[in-house]
Amino acid sequence: MYDTSDLKKGLKIMFEGGPFLVIEAQFVKPGKGAAFTRTKMRNLLTGSTIERNIRSGEKMPPADVEENEMTFLYKEGDAFVFMDSRTYDQVQLAENLIGDDWRWLKDNLACHVLFYNSRPIAISLPNFVELQVTKSEPGVKGDTSGGAMKAATLSTGAEINVPLFINEGDFLRIDTRDGQYIERVKGG
Amino acid sequence: MGLDALIAQRTFIAELRGEHPEVVCGRVAAASEVGARVVDSTGWILVAGVALRPGDWVVVEGTLGRNGILLATHATVATPYRKGGHFGSPGDEFVRLGGRLGRLQLRDQAMQAVRDFFHQRGFIEVETPLMVPSPGLELHLDAVAADDRFLITSPEYQLKRVLAGGADKVFSICRCFRRGERGPHHNPEFTMIEWYRAWAGYQTIMADTEELVAAVARAVLGTTQARLPDTTDGGAGLELGPPWERITVGGAMLRWAGFAVNGDETAADLLARARTAGLAMSGIDDRSPWDDVFFAAFLEAVEPQLGRGRPTIVYEWPAPLAALARHKPGDPRVVERFEAYAGGLELCNAFGELTDPAEQRRRFKKDLADRAARKKALYPVDLKFLAALDEGLPPCAGIALGIDRLMMLLLGAPDIRDVVAFTDDEL
Repeated sequence: MYDTSDLKKGLKIMFEGGPFLVIEAQFVKPGKGAAFTRTKMRNLLTGSTIERNIRSGEKMPPADVEENEMTFLYKEGDAFVFMDSRTYDQVQLAENLIGDDWRWLKDNLACHVLFYNSRPIAISLPNFVELQVTKSEPGVKGDTSGGAMKAATLSTGAEINVPLFINEGDFLRIDTRDGQYIERVKGG
Repeated sequence: MGLDALIAQRTFIAELRGEHPEVVCGRVAAASEVGARVVDSTGWILVAGVALRPGDWVVVEGTLGRNGILLATHATVATPYRKGGHFGSPGDEFVRLGGRLGRLQLRDQAMQAVRDFFHQRGFIEVETPLMVPSPGLELHLDAVAADDRFLITSPEYQLKRVLAGGADKVFSICRCFRRGERGPHHNPEFTMIEWYRAWAGYQTIMADTEELVAAVARAVLGTTQARLPDTTDGGAGLELGPPWERITVGGAMLRWAGFAVNGDETAADLLARARTAGLAMSGIDDRSPWDDVFFAAFLEAVEPQLGRGRPTIVYEWPAPLAALARHKPGDPRVVERFEAYAGGLELCNAFGELTDPAEQRRRFKKDLADRAARKKALYPVDLKFLAALDEGLPPCAGIALGIDRLMMLLLGAPDIRDVVAFTDDEL
């Protein structure tokens, strides 16, 4: 069983009778009241999101889902196509089930596809991926904010903030859970 | 010339005039083949002519060109970057605080404005202790133990004792500590301002609050129009000048949650009304206590509606949520208590103060019983505070307002991390 202090982005729980993926969990506490976790969750079956304030200390079971290791092949129209590395079976997931994760989906990325009653319903990415920078202004000009970061576009089209020393063509390790830059790595 | 002598001739980057050689002291933020970007507390400049290494603190002698580039003749490394890896990686103080320093400077200005505001109105600032024998008995506040005492969750008992001693208008700016509270709007250690007025009602405190927030906004932003994070109202503005919107708790519940809260109904009645009104009320059931039922509904339906466009004062709270507030004369079901909400933030909590020692004793007794029922730590009762009430307190009103929340509101910061130098998890 999980309780509210375990609620974090990416956690899969059973809630109100269905499997849910936690998208956002925020500690809220009225000055004179009990603590709650304001939780945004995506229904893994319908793709629709709900928001619930869950009283601190509530318990909820993990979602009863099965995971298979698969490889991302390509995107076709609104569908993302994955292949089971052992059986070569292919499955398709619609855009709304992928959500923001498209940002880290590069060709041949190994990830887990979630099945609920034999239906593919979601993917779960490795915690870290390595992606190439395709566009970023040189660090010595442009940035007037005084901050130490700048914007960069990755090969998947995602935009993230990176330190000023990063150049176009660099390969970066990214934390897929919060989209943060971790470090520069040698060519992918 | 020695390094110290060079440093003594330092010119801040924002004050470089050009035409003759000057000395810049700063940090190499980034470097490439063409030049480096050097920053100090006043700004940044491109430096050419010398090879610099990112992360080093350097003393650069050079002349500012018409193109705005500092043509360096000489550079000395005062302190090298000795950490492994690349300067500017996550974990460097430069990255952690880089974007925050400007906001910390505005926070400093805000604190000055707060003190000016109260001094101009004849208040005196009283320093209250942080270590006390009784941290307050409120059910939902957990204190941090410090040796054989506790860190305060609020300076209210001590400030009311100061009123009992004869002070008229007092304020205190201090740290408060609440165990386990960590989130975008919470840090276990935070800064509170509390002020109290003898011989005044909580309507006067409402007016103080409106004027204080407007005065600090003008001092910090030059306007009473606050910025908001993009996530709130699509980045729309928030007018902080008086008058703020005012609504009773009962009125707000009726309007947004769709059912009446009078303060004398049972928890079961309240829950039935909430369910009939169509609220989700996650995790609330027949055994849930009154306050949990109320706050589940309040958080779900009401709180997201408050403080949009302008701040909202929510007043006349139901009696079960009285805390240290006195009953409204003529209506024992509600108490003289208000909170203000703005831009998704709960800013403050105020009372027409309870001065009746017998009623105060009853409430402490109930707080302790509630804490025992929920297996929470039982803190000692503050006997000196009760003795001060026995000695007598003039009619008075007071308020606690979170400085960190105020800064988040003024600067449109989505996380408390953005307006303090250190949060709990950064230590």
